[in-house]
Amino acid sequence: MPKDENKPSLRGVFLNGILNENPTFRLVLGTCPTIAVTTSAINGLGMGLAATFVLIGSNMVISALRKVIPDKVRIPCFVLVICTFVTIVQMLLHAFVPTLYASLGLFIPLIVVNCIILARAEAFASKNGVVASAVDGLGMGLGFTLAMVLMGCVRELFGNGTVFGLTVFGGAFEPMLLFVLAPGGFIVFGLLLGIINAISDKIAARKAAEGGTKA
Amino acid sequence: MRLSLSSGPHIRAKSDTRLTMLDVLIALLPTTAAGIYFFGTRAALLLAVSVASCVLFEALWCALGHRKSTVGDLSAAVTGLLLGLNLPSSAPWWLPVIGAAFAILVIKQLFGGLGANFLNPALAARAALLSSWPAHMTTFLLPQRTLFVNTAAVADAATAATPLTAKSSSYLDLFLGNIPGCIGEVCKAALILGLLYLLVRKVIGWQIPVVMVATVALLSWALGEDPLQAVLSGGLLLGAIFMATDYVTSPMLAVGECIYAFGCGVILVLIRKFGNYPEGCSYAILIMNIITPLIDKYCKRKVYGEVKKNA
Repeated sequence: MPKDENKPSLRGVFLNGILNENPTFRLVLGTCPTIAVTTSAINGLGMGLAATFVLIGSNMVISALRKVIPDKVRIPCFVLVICTFVTIVQMLLHAFVPTLYASLGLFIPLIVVNCIILARAEAFASKNGVVASAVDGLGMGLGFTLAMVLMGCVRELFGNGTVFGLTVFGGAFEPMLLFVLAPGGFIVFGLLLGIINAISDKIAARKAAEGGTKA
Repeated sequence: MRLSLSSGPHIRAKSDTRLTMLDVLIALLPTTAAGIYFFGTRAALLLAVSVASCVLFEALWCALGHRKSTVGDLSAAVTGLLLGLNLPSSAPWWLPVIGAAFAILVIKQLFGGLGANFLNPALAARAALLSSWPAHMTTFLLPQRTLFVNTAAVADAATAATPLTAKSSSYLDLFLGNIPGCIGEVCKAALILGLLYLLVRKVIGWQIPVVMVATVALLSWALGEDPLQAVLSGGLLLGAIFMATDYVTSPMLAVGECIYAFGCGVILVLIRKFGNYPEGCSYAILIMNIITPLIDKYCKRKVYGEVKKNA
């Protein structure tokens, strides 16, 4: 079997999911759970980790089966694999963290249709080896988790005066409920996207300027 | 040749914007004065904080972005005054500050400044405050007509439901403003004075306020309410005269304006009659703000098509 010359390094694959192709802030995938469940940091963390587990599992299995799955019916096959892992996550959460299970509610089964997971199956796992796919799932999952926790922290801080349930502002603080309501989710998401784009533009401009002086 | 109609900004010369905004401020003077007369220095303080913070945030944004300051066009002052008039006189001082930040920074400047905002900034801020601090935004004091209101004494004794929920005030009280409510919405006489000034100065057309008020009156009557009571209570007149007529967020053609105002009226009555909120004026206008680009597009096409078909 010929070795693939353009095979990316595992470290590159891992960091890709967290930074360059962060599923939430760069690819803008999985927006529905991002806005719906990030009313608190702990919800964001729980959702992120659940999706990470499903991502790693489905990426590995799909990668292992990539030569067996017929091309024409690959999407149903992917969804079937993803469903399996979502069911496992749902049962685990229900058994061991019932409070989180209750607050995430419908959004756990909805991980099945989370486009990040299907996108990674289609774009990465069906073309790469098992180890690389697992690392890709881990990187993407952690990138998603980081974004969810960030959203959750901001919304919980202003909308409830707490972060991970710990009181940040004093008792006189009157939380701005808008942040934990749906419009607040959209506003915070838009603002964070804007800030992250501005920062990465600046970094890119600086890199371009450095490259220019070197050449 | 392809003619395309862009939604929204009515591009004007700078001096024109300033003059228009100045006219709006003048038209708001009677309402402001009436608000201060009924609710005392507390109302004056809230209005001052609201205007000052709107202007300050506008200046701050321009300074941070190294842009030419747009404070001089007075649009921030108008937003500030309208936001202040939309607060109950019982509101804490920080409420207009946060409202101003939301109106100017999030709704107006992030979407590209005056002319590019898709919502009326003052109304959007009011909606944000209402959903964030519903208790502060719906605690209405009875008009005191004293200069210095002792809030500690007033807070328990004189808070009252607005006439929309109580429905016990006389027409004269409703018209003159001797009722609990937001600072700017109580005195209908002053609001109508402002409307007349705006019409005489040709700042706004008659379509939006007249159609919106007529829709509310007719629909309320059809649903078995007292139409005069429906028109004179709540924020309808303030909204119809000063909020719905915002150039940026209302349709450009007269036909479109009528559809838009009709929509505002229908949604308002539906919210009043069937919704959870006693008053739906701000939400009605915000929803129609969002539909405005669609109305503009649709009206233009329809006018073109119909003329050809019928000719």
